[in-house]
Amino acid sequence: MSENNKPRRDFIKLASMTLGGVGAASLVVPFISTMQPGKDALALASTEIDLSPIPEGQSLTVIWRGKPVFIKHRMTDEIQSAKEINLDDLIDIQDDSARVLQDKWLVVLGVCTHLGCVPLGQKTTDNKGDFGGWFCPCHGSHYDTSGRIRKGPAPKNLEVPPYVFLTDNRIKIG
Amino acid sequence: MSSNDPHGYKKTLSSPYSGVKGWIDSRLPLIRMMEAEYLKFPVPKSLNYFWSFGGIAMFCLIGLILSGIFLGMHYKPSAEDAFNSVERIMRDVQFGWLVRYLHMNLASFFFIAVYIHIFRALYFGSYKAPRELVFIFGMLMFLLMMGTAFLGYTLPWGQMSYWGATVITNLFSAIPVVGDAILLTLLGDFTVSDATVNRFYVLHWLLAFAIVGLVVFHVITLHMTGSNNPSGMEPQNWDETLSFHPYMTIKDTKAMVLFFIVVAFVLFFFPNIMGHSDNYIRANSMVTPAHIVPEWYFLPFYAILRAIPDKLGGVLAMFGSIAVLFILPWLDTSKVRSCLYRPIWRICVLLFALDFFILMYMGAKPASDIYVLISRIGTAYWFLFFLVLAPLVGYLETPRQPLTISNFLRDKKALT
Repeated sequence: MSENNKPRRDFIKLASMTLGGVGAASLVVPFISTMQPGKDALALASTEIDLSPIPEGQSLTVIWRGKPVFIKHRMTDEIQSAKEINLDDLIDIQDDSARVLQDKWLVVLGVCTHLGCVPLGQKTTDNKGDFGGWFCPCHGSHYDTSGRIRKGPAPKNLEVPPYVFLTDNRIKIG
Repeated sequence: MSSNDPHGYKKTLSSPYSGVKGWIDSRLPLIRMMEAEYLKFPVPKSLNYFWSFGGIAMFCLIGLILSGIFLGMHYKPSAEDAFNSVERIMRDVQFGWLVRYLHMNLASFFFIAVYIHIFRALYFGSYKAPRELVFIFGMLMFLLMMGTAFLGYTLPWGQMSYWGATVITNLFSAIPVVGDAILLTLLGDFTVSDATVNRFYVLHWLLAFAIVGLVVFHVITLHMTGSNNPSGMEPQNWDETLSFHPYMTIKDTKAMVLFFIVVAFVLFFFPNIMGHSDNYIRANSMVTPAHIVPEWYFLPFYAILRAIPDKLGGVLAMFGSIAVLFILPWLDTSKVRSCLYRPIWRICVLLFALDFFILMYMGAKPASDIYVLISRIGTAYWFLFFLVLAPLVGYLETPRQPLTISNFLRDKKALT
């Protein structure tokens, strides 16, 4: 091999190694894709619920995408306490009206935004925390009657899932 | 050096043995290697029983893999079957209860052995040059061990399995921007689910064998430098060493017999003492147990997680508390290895051990005010120890002149 051939040889080496490297690395796409939720899991994306059996002041837990959803039929004073609050006191600032479609129905995911535990407060006998909403027993997060984080390590308010009212007493989540 | 051996790798082609042994050894030089690395391997003659815990940990690992293989023949990794298949192992599979209790308890004793092993490294300065890589491979194994233990704990699909998996995987959601995508990729669903337990089972096996691979690197690097010893001084001559066999093989065997008597006692009389009764309740994705706590070996790190009142901060502190161990060889500025000759650092290390136990206790307690306060002090000392005390004490302290191995042993004899 003459010295003149060296740059040419280097180029061929580099090009073939790059091509091989990119080709092997592109396998990451299908491999990682298999780890995502499958089509069957994605297909369970909507649930319909009849609200009429829930009396005022009580709550229902339903399952949506494998997660608990809290549906709370709020009493007048609960609605009031959620609305008449200084927004600056909140950790994750959000007005109550941005979290409900109808004032008496609060629909939130029952998943603590800290590390994913299910907060207490659905049963009338549960500890509802310092703000009358929910209390997460795992690491002590307190949520108010609008599902907003008020005290404890959770960084965000309980998430409001996408939902619509089909009739006055029927909602569809997802 | 022949022409097909440019680097001289094969110059010892002719085996020192004859017959069948020689025939194999000249083609596969394993027998030669094992003899040099285990039978005739020189170790400092001042090693104490702290030096037995590496071997003990390895036997725990072997026991875990063996019992795991037999459990795997009956276990079913699905949300539907997992809990029932473990109950079947406990009730119907012949000796299944023994193999499962062995697997459960050996996992705990593996951590006990490894924690003692790590304390030994800290106290006698085994992490210092030239053994930095030995220590780093050890720390990598410790990380993988924690991963393997976490994955394995999910498999029985009890309440603690389920909610432990939920809380720990949710740690990743604290990462800004990509956190939620990582979480979905880990779980394979929107919650811990059938897809999750299936992949955790596979990864539990994968990580277990990755640990075995790292053991090889740990031992190769150790055998390049040789063992540290209580005096922290390198052997000056052959008189300060002993052959690994029979001196250490017999000493380690004695330590192992004693250790595994304790294992057997717990295994046969208190097999559930290190577990949580809630894990005998089948996983329920709608109800979180009132008091969820991780297994005891994670408690100090769990206490650090809870000590920080911010989600991302807590997660960073928890991972950071292990990350600082990796750079300890460069944080510690002292030239003297052993704590026996370092009066101030010795107190720091003993306080660190105490801190570890205090944090462990705090991790088991509910996250109320006084416990969180103590956890914060404990967390502060943890980082102070590595990031401030290790570099500073090395500069400020006047260590005593370490004794050579022979003088160390003579002094010790005079004392007793």
